[in-house]
Amino acid sequence: MLNRQIRSGREGTVRVSLTSNEQLLLRDLLDQLEPLLADPDDAAVRRLFPPAYSEDESDEQYRSLVRDQLVGGRAKSLATVRDTLGEETLSPEQADDWLRALNDLRLVLGTRLDVTEEIDYESIDLDTPSGRDLAVYGYLTWLQEQLVEALQPASGR
Amino acid sequence: MSTLTAPAEVEVNEPAIEEDWQEERPWVVIVWNDPINLMSYVTLVFQKLFGYSLQQATKLMLQVHNEGKAVVSSGNREKSELDVSRLHAHGLWATMQQD
Repeated sequence: MLNRQIRSGREGTVRVSLTSNEQLLLRDLLDQLEPLLADPDDAAVRRLFPPAYSEDESDEQYRSLVRDQLVGGRAKSLATVRDTLGEETLSPEQADDWLRALNDLRLVLGTRLDVTEEIDYESIDLDTPSGRDLAVYGYLTWLQEQLVEALQPASGR
Repeated sequence: MSTLTAPAEVEVNEPAIEEDWQEERPWVVIVWNDPINLMSYVTLVFQKLFGYSLQQATKLMLQVHNEGKAVVSSGNREKSELDVSRLHAHGLWATMQQD
């Protein structure tokens, strides 16, 4: 089993221990996602802003109301992760930003890769770009699983 | 002037009443299954946003996973829009419709 990088700390904090290579990878992914947030034409980024209504008119009203807020919230989460990449302890608020930012990275990468629920990581070909992207997606999933477990209120401290 | 404004007010009021009646029909917020959001993450988001217990949140998450969708909250239009936007902020595929 892999070593855990994320575990729950005291009083709702989260303990993180990432290698410098992991931090570099995450920083690179954050830097790629951030400028795309405001791009409504990027198909994968559109996954971050689903429709609320099936009727176009209501949905456009909804979008005009919440779009800026959703983009701003996402940008803040990405910035928090970038600013705390080297930290060993995250506050509950910072951990929540990590949770959302990791999920946004997975959503955009997963949509680009057109992933299914069952991914056969054993057969990934790391010599291809899509194989490497899938490995990154798997890594983000593993981090997210650990973070969710660390934040689960019912889990023991 | 007053004779002109009086009928105009009536015209404005009519659709507003109809809208109020429409508003009274409750809205439901639906979360749809997707292949990316983790089951554990979806459960945590339901707990966090709606105050559901782990058991309640897990049950809803499994309904999304197994049946493709689940109603996670209901109420008036404003509350439902807020719930949808909070779910969207967490990356869940949520929509709303009138019951």
